[in-house]
Amino acid sequence: MVEKFDAIVIGAGPSGNAATYTLAKQGLKVLQLERGEYPGAKNVQGGIMYAHELEKIIPDFRDDCPTERHIIEQRVWLLGDDNYVGTNYRSEAFNSDKPNRYTIIRANIDKWWGEQIRKVGGLQICETTVTELIRDASGKVIGVRTDREGGEIHADVVIMADGVNALLAKRAGLQDEAAPENVALAVKEILFIDPELIQQRFGIKEDEGVVIEIMGKVTKGMVGTAFLYTNKESLTIGIGCLISDFKNGDCPPYRMLEELKKHPVIRPLIEGAEMKEYAAHMIPEGGYKAIPQLYGDGWMVVGDAAHFNNAAHREGSNLAMASGRMAAETVLELKAAGKGFTASNLAAYKKKLDDSFIMKDLKKYRELPGIMHGNKQFFGAYPDEITAAAHNWFTVDSVDKKTKEKAIMKAFVKRRSVMGLVGDAIKLVRAVR
Amino acid sequence: MSIVVKVEEKLYQNRYIVDESRPHIQIKSEEACKSCDRQACTFCCPAACYSKNETGGVTLVTDGCLECGTCRVVCQDKGNIAWDYPRGGYGISYKFG
Repeated sequence: MVEKFDAIVIGAGPSGNAATYTLAKQGLKVLQLERGEYPGAKNVQGGIMYAHELEKIIPDFRDDCPTERHIIEQRVWLLGDDNYVGTNYRSEAFNSDKPNRYTIIRANIDKWWGEQIRKVGGLQICETTVTELIRDASGKVIGVRTDREGGEIHADVVIMADGVNALLAKRAGLQDEAAPENVALAVKEILFIDPELIQQRFGIKEDEGVVIEIMGKVTKGMVGTAFLYTNKESLTIGIGCLISDFKNGDCPPYRMLEELKKHPVIRPLIEGAEMKEYAAHMIPEGGYKAIPQLYGDGWMVVGDAAHFNNAAHREGSNLAMASGRMAAETVLELKAAGKGFTASNLAAYKKKLDDSFIMKDLKKYRELPGIMHGNKQFFGAYPDEITAAAHNWFTVDSVDKKTKEKAIMKAFVKRRSVMGLVGDAIKLVRAVR
Repeated sequence: MSIVVKVEEKLYQNRYIVDESRPHIQIKSEEACKSCDRQACTFCCPAACYSKNETGGVTLVTDGCLECGTCRVVCQDKGNIAWDYPRGGYGISYKFG
């Protein structure tokens, strides 16, 4: 006899956890399948966690959720060869009793989620890889097959939260392989260090955190970004670029990361720290135009598997949690109304997404991925010229300021031409409006 | 700046549960690799699982695999990589992620 559940959720990342918890809390018989040794074993995140979406699902999460530091300062740095130009935003207001953003260590958070899911009666089973979707004669998804013996399990609805690789949807012909220009590869390391040193180097108190988002020469003209985040007793440092750019280049990602760590403005911040793990993960970067079919008879797809990532704002886990919650709420509403999980009924999930920040934001930035991919000057020529201009401007050498201004303008025009500069400005506006 | 990076030293810090003699990724055709001019898998893989070999082809050792999927995306035009997840519980097991 094949066991049957109200819903099966595949994957124990932010989207799958949000979906499973929401369903279990309302008393549904829900099974969550995870291929890792424990929840989080396969997951990688920078990582920043945004409180607002988690709060919607678990309002009092701050009571016991193992976050690292709440963020009080955001830095954005443009790196040159041995320099940077940057902006910082720091505010005491971020020291509220309900902070908005936290640095996290992914595996700790996913284990905590596992406990929350068990508390509300959800069943989470690890060490189980789902190998395929089971469909009936009409094509409706009615369950999953796993790599365990007798591993066939049925459900009224299957929510795919299996991450950026999304093998299940691809194998079932519900999704195409991601184009190399629509996914980035990011590598990162966690570096352990005395918390006192973190506090000194970043000018913060215990529990306060700083995040640095980085662009510039370190990505070697490839479309990409880097980051440095402060955890309680560790720093995470990472860098990622579009896979199409890695493919056309010849610099392995680990070398790029090593060069970032040795950069003269980064090195003093991480000096003396001990590396304890090296991770790699793909990130969906194609935006609105790369979103696949999101639902069908008996199935929905959420999180990274649905390509929900706002690259411009470096938001992913909140889109994941929100989409997982919306998929679960769709299930709950249809069930309450006595309706089946047909494609036409599950279209309600898409409607929820469209009405939310997820689709609104992705739509706003729909031109951004294509413009960045096609205009490498934003990652090569501009970091060069902007950092060189700053160096010129802040070097006091008895050259009069008007001459300095002219030299700076001339350098930009030489690099991009007047029409090129105007065109780039228009492109940037088009990319974000 | 070009520096030598030993990726093995990075991977050494990671926890793996290796599924002996059951690699989850396979190169479909050796010949297809030989006719691939750039062999981008050899410099895109973040764990350096792919290396150029003396026959002009590519050798794959999946032990250090981070299961990111990059090789599959890189090779999709050739379609020469059979990519699967390891069996449940096996493969990379991130302590921190």
